[in-house]
Amino acid sequence: MSLDIWMRENPLTYVWIGSYAVAFLVFAIEIFMVIHKRKITLDQLRMMREADESKEE
Amino acid sequence: MAINWFKYSAPTTFYPLAGKLIPWFAVSAAILFAAGLYIGFVVAPADATQGEFYRIIFIHVPASIISMFLYLVMAGYAALGLIFNTRLSSMMASAVAPTGALFAFISLWTGALWGKPMWGAWWVWDARMTSELILLFLYLGFIALHASIEDPRRADRAAALLAIVGSVNVPIIYFSVKWWNTLHQGSTIKYSGTSMHIAMQQAMFIMMAACWLYAIAITLMRVRSIILERERNSKWVAQLIEVKS
Repeated sequence: MSLDIWMRENPLTYVWIGSYAVAFLVFAIEIFMVIHKRKITLDQLRMMREADESKEE
Repeated sequence: MAINWFKYSAPTTFYPLAGKLIPWFAVSAAILFAAGLYIGFVVAPADATQGEFYRIIFIHVPASIISMFLYLVMAGYAALGLIFNTRLSSMMASAVAPTGALFAFISLWTGALWGKPMWGAWWVWDARMTSELILLFLYLGFIALHASIEDPRRADRAAALLAIVGSVNVPIIYFSVKWWNTLHQGSTIKYSGTSMHIAMQQAMFIMMAACWLYAIAITLMRVRSIILERERNSKWVAQLIEVKS
């Protein structure tokens, strides 16, 4: 069954999977990346702090 | 009691403020997304001519409007950073860009999804769609240019120029349907009124508010990481609880 026929027979599924699911997936990936970036940044800062402390000792 | 707004233009004071604001914006966005989707898919009736396909507008229209508005916000912050040499403004511009690019992508993607059943084509080189595609490229150009220059202050200045020059594209997107004979339809909601069903209007405005609050929350989250990264040699960053723990 071609996509044209399928989308006309299942318009709500087409709308949901095609646009809303993609949009929310994009949001989820963005949130994950931002959280991951913060985790990496904090890890780097902790390492810098530990390096400074060991230098002082 | 007068509030000293300039106080919050310093990364030192803005960082904890942003941390406090994020949950409020994020939770409000989630609630509004749920309400908007409920009204859009359960309460709002099917369209007389487009059937169920029109329901794409509840994400397409907010994403398109926010992608344009975020560009102006980004260019505004970039200009402030360029003129007044304020660090936080440039950081905010960098934080807005990826979210703006994603909204531009969602706008183009959902537009294509709507175009296929309505026009019979995923894409046409229509003035509105082409100018929106240029907006996506401008966002990507801003991000790429900023990333390609190692010194962050120089990167801020170079990317700011691109953002400011590129802002001319936003009115072109908005007025393209009036200036040219386009396949893309004109505004459905005008100052003179609208023929849209009230539930359709409610769903669209609620989804717009949800997308807007989401954009604010994610930008604040991103700018906090940028602040930490660029202020890493400052004493106040070393004193933060999250850095100590």
